[in-house]
Amino acid sequence: MSVSEAMPETMPDSACDDASDASDSAGPEALRPHAEQAFAHELSALAAADDRPRPVGWRLSPWAVATYLLGGALPDGTVITPKYVGPRRIVEVAVTTLATDRALLLLGVPGTAKTWVSEHLAAAVSGDSTLLVQGTAGTPEEAIRYGWNYAQLLAHGPSRDALVPSPVMRAMAEGMTARVEELTRIPADVQDTLITILSEKTLPVPELGEEVQAVRGFNLIATANDRDRGVNDLSSALRRRFNTVVLPLPASADDEVDIVARRVDQIGRSLDLPAAPEGLEEIRRVVTVFRELRDGVSADGRTKVKSPSGTLSTAEAISVVTGGLALSAHFGDGVLRPGDVAAGILGAVVRDPAADRVIWQEYLETVVRERDGWKDFYRACREVSA
Amino acid sequence: MTHPLLLGVRHHGPGSARAVRAALDAASPAAVLIEGPPEADALLPLAADDGMRPPVALLAHAADDPGRAAFWPFAEFSPEWTAIRWALPHGVPVRFIDLPAAHSLAMRQKETAGEPEEIPAESAHTAGEGAAPEDGGEETDIHGTAEAMRVDPIGALAQAAGYDDPERWWEDVVEHRTAREDDDSHAPFAAVAEAMAALRETYGHGGHGNDLVREAHMRLKLRAARKEFGDAVAVVCGAWHVPALARKTTMAADKALLKGLPKVKTEMTWVPWTHRRLSRHTGYGAGIDSPGWYAHLFSAPDRPVERWMTKVAGLLREEDHMVSSAHVIEAVRLAGTLAAMRGRPLAGLTETTDAVRAVLCDGSDVPLDLVRDRLVVGDVLGEVPEAAPAVPLQRDLARQQRSLRLKPEALEREADLDLRKETDAAKSRLLHRLNLLGIRWGEPTAGRSGTGTFRETWRLRWDPELAVRVAEAGVWGTTVLSAATAKVEARALEAAALADVTALAERCLLAALPDALPVVMRALADRAALDADVGHLAEALPALVRSLRYGDVRSTDTAALAEVASGLADRICVGLPPACTGLDADGAAAMRTSLDAVHGVIGLLPDAGRQTLRWAAVLRRLADRDTVPGVLRGRAVRLLLDDRRLADDEAARLMALALSAGTPPADAAAWIEGFVGGASGGGMLLIHDERLLGLVDAWLTGVPAEAFTDVLPLLRRTFSAYQPGVRRTLGELVRRGAPGAGGPGAAAHSGPHTPGFGPGLDETRADAVLPVLRLLLGTAEADGPNDNDLTTLRGVTR
Repeated sequence: MSVSEAMPETMPDSACDDASDASDSAGPEALRPHAEQAFAHELSALAAADDRPRPVGWRLSPWAVATYLLGGALPDGTVITPKYVGPRRIVEVAVTTLATDRALLLLGVPGTAKTWVSEHLAAAVSGDSTLLVQGTAGTPEEAIRYGWNYAQLLAHGPSRDALVPSPVMRAMAEGMTARVEELTRIPADVQDTLITILSEKTLPVPELGEEVQAVRGFNLIATANDRDRGVNDLSSALRRRFNTVVLPLPASADDEVDIVARRVDQIGRSLDLPAAPEGLEEIRRVVTVFRELRDGVSADGRTKVKSPSGTLSTAEAISVVTGGLALSAHFGDGVLRPGDVAAGILGAVVRDPAADRVIWQEYLETVVRERDGWKDFYRACREVSA
Repeated sequence: MTHPLLLGVRHHGPGSARAVRAALDAASPAAVLIEGPPEADALLPLAADDGMRPPVALLAHAADDPGRAAFWPFAEFSPEWTAIRWALPHGVPVRFIDLPAAHSLAMRQKETAGEPEEIPAESAHTAGEGAAPEDGGEETDIHGTAEAMRVDPIGALAQAAGYDDPERWWEDVVEHRTAREDDDSHAPFAAVAEAMAALRETYGHGGHGNDLVREAHMRLKLRAARKEFGDAVAVVCGAWHVPALARKTTMAADKALLKGLPKVKTEMTWVPWTHRRLSRHTGYGAGIDSPGWYAHLFSAPDRPVERWMTKVAGLLREEDHMVSSAHVIEAVRLAGTLAAMRGRPLAGLTETTDAVRAVLCDGSDVPLDLVRDRLVVGDVLGEVPEAAPAVPLQRDLARQQRSLRLKPEALEREADLDLRKETDAAKSRLLHRLNLLGIRWGEPTAGRSGTGTFRETWRLRWDPELAVRVAEAGVWGTTVLSAATAKVEARALEAAALADVTALAERCLLAALPDALPVVMRALADRAALDADVGHLAEALPALVRSLRYGDVRSTDTAALAEVASGLADRICVGLPPACTGLDADGAAAMRTSLDAVHGVIGLLPDAGRQTLRWAAVLRRLADRDTVPGVLRGRAVRLLLDDRRLADDEAARLMALALSAGTPPADAAAWIEGFVGGASGGGMLLIHDERLLGLVDAWLTGVPAEAFTDVLPLLRRTFSAYQPGVRRTLGELVRRGAPGAGGPGAAAHSGPHTPGFGPGLDETRADAVLPVLRLLLGTAEADGPNDNDLTTLRGVTR
């Protein structure tokens, strides 16, 4: 098992669901239960077995939180399934960061299980993963601080009752873990409202002449995308409040091929595309191209290549393959061929028409041309890039 | 009765070093015995010299073959070094007790005798790894680099303790042990000795066959020392050997083991060492991952993690990373908590590195690499006093000077070398190698004999100061060849600019360093791949192709070189067209030089057929593209025309296009400069192709008066480079009549009106040339010109 297990469930849209159905989860069975519900038995078994010191406000000790994420077996025979399969170091640093009362920033390109990790961390530390702010370009200050119930406000004037607390405010008051998704998509001035919260651990409400002070146990996990364009970089003042952990891309090509194939299969089914088992070779090829350009070195480690400006994430590889699949199903013979993915790859790689095109052609000439069994692919690529 | 104090250590372990110092202070032994080659006893007083700064290494080499050598490195934090530095000021005698280097070097030779040839550079490397004290059982074992069949004692102990990483276990139980006041200073050694004894009971010598012999020798020396100094002697040796030294054996049995060992004559000296070499990344394999960290642990009086983080912050600030004190505080906290969570007594390197990454480096590995390189490994360079005996490199040089009859003389003189002669070629190689090592004995000068590739002229002068350079170069290797190879490899990896690496490749061939070539080529390919400036690539290609051809002359294997050159050409072909747009006048001029340079060598590449085709396609694209500066377009057309890849008509069409009324005059003038400018025979082209001259003439007369002054400098530059004769002929041609006026294209070949020639052929004047031609062609001695000859010759004169 690998990170891929986490993949299907880490799509950013799932996070929105969490926010909306957080309050009334008592109704009919939810499409996707929260981590603390889905793994309730593991959490309680861990809590029972855990005899190590717990920081104030924590449901489990740091060691138990790490075990919850990385998996293991408890003395009473309960098997803890691994939630994140990647370097152990990353989880340890993340948990320890939360334990030292520092905010945690999870960085990584799309599809590296950032949201997944943050949800499970919150579930294990606070037993509640629903205190969530979804960051977008339109996220207002109220989503991080507090808003007003205007009917109340007009009727009774400013009062505690008229105040609508944000998830962050609630987490502060109750000593829980708050989560901010896609922090870098939030406009810079809104981001900076977090500075006071993280350094002073307090949220003033000047309208009431009050403040909400964070209770021990409060902390914040933010996720952000570090290779996207059009994001708002964190100010250094805010960045300083975070410990940063970068979640890596899948370590091996096989893992990544596996993730792509699985996800493509799911999407393909929902689009009623015919399954293309012979396409695995092409998937491997797409993944190889993406990995080589991303890593700046050919798979055999012998040739260096320049990296283009695009992200070339696993998510993009998935979309290239899905696009190719649609192309072959509707206009081709139903078999995924080099020509079907070539245009998609070109589009993903060449984001900057001047610089990236040179990089792409250099890559074609120096790496692809010489490779055994890649003749068709080389020709297809030359055709579309000419 | 007192036992000798057996201090089992881990080589280069700062905790061990500290413990050794404490134990020696407590016990005050009458003599200190150290695992190391006894030949070095005479060199020990130098260790107390003011000029001696660790890291240094003891170097033993076979007297007749400096290439066969072994190193025993010592760092400030090595327990052995600590013991030496404790003993010397206390006036306590120190002895090395390991097997003499005379035997160990000879035994290694025997082991490797099966291999057909031993490359000196290689042997220096294995020496560092093999015969250093590290070579001894536990070092290789500690680091898990030994062959699988060997037992890894620390690994076995760590496994028993439930650690997956032996290194970390040892750090936790020994190196990070904080000494307490009431501690028995000998307690840790007793514990380690006990553990090792248990291990050796299970594993015997654990695959380290030589150890038995070495330990027998150590026991003999220990016995002798006890006879001389009494029982109160201390032994500092690898922990692995402690049980063997404590064992009771008979002197006769030990002597029997040592009987009949092979022996070579060896010489020893101190050489400076570096932290980088102590670290195993560099291929020496002699030691440890993190000498800088260990040095820090050893030298920091207290709070090692706090001090370390402060150092890291200082380094990052120097490199313009914003790091505040608050960062440092958080990093220390994170490291401490991580250690607690991982159940370690103190934050080790892993924890501090994780903390530095998460807090100080924003999760990025880039600044972290800097920390790793500069602090964890570190740049410390050792020094040895001048009194240390000569380094083997010096001897090797002296030997070569003798055999090549190339005496070092302070008086400057010139040496003319004919590379076709074996001795002269060897001299040239030696001088090139020395230059690479920074020993500038000879300067290559432009020789009187012209630029032939088989001649070299050197100006030789031996400054006494060069002896110092030789000593300094000693760190690179024990022979001139191995040292130059190592140095070139290091420089190739460091070099920043592509051109530097190309130059290095060229020098590599000149100095005949075949072993360094793969590394240099690798570096070259990497730099080329990452260099986005086509200009740099174009600069690099000619030198590379030159080396390629030169390599052929010297019969070096240049397959790798050819591959790299070919890859470089590919990259140039891809990158050139976009790089040629949007250039200013200076940029265009520079690019034109590159264009010419690449064009000159592209046909010389091994896969020239394919490359020239591609290159022609690139030139064609340049010629057609309006956004490319005129000078480059003109140049591209000209190059294509010269190679007959462009029909005359097509060239004329392109020229007409470039010079048509729609083109700004300055641009058109630039086109002309590119097309016929420079001393590359452009004038002759105009003289012989009426049509082209006509086009230029028509354009020039059509330039409006106000624009004329703008294009004048360009035109002047274009035409002033022609030889006077060409200029005059051109002038005459133009004066004789505007050839472009009435369809001169057809007239040019029809005889009567060929400008510069009389109407028709003057047979008598033409025949006057025949005797000379006959002489030139070597047909003068024939019976007389037959008709055939004559016809041919007439054809020539026409």
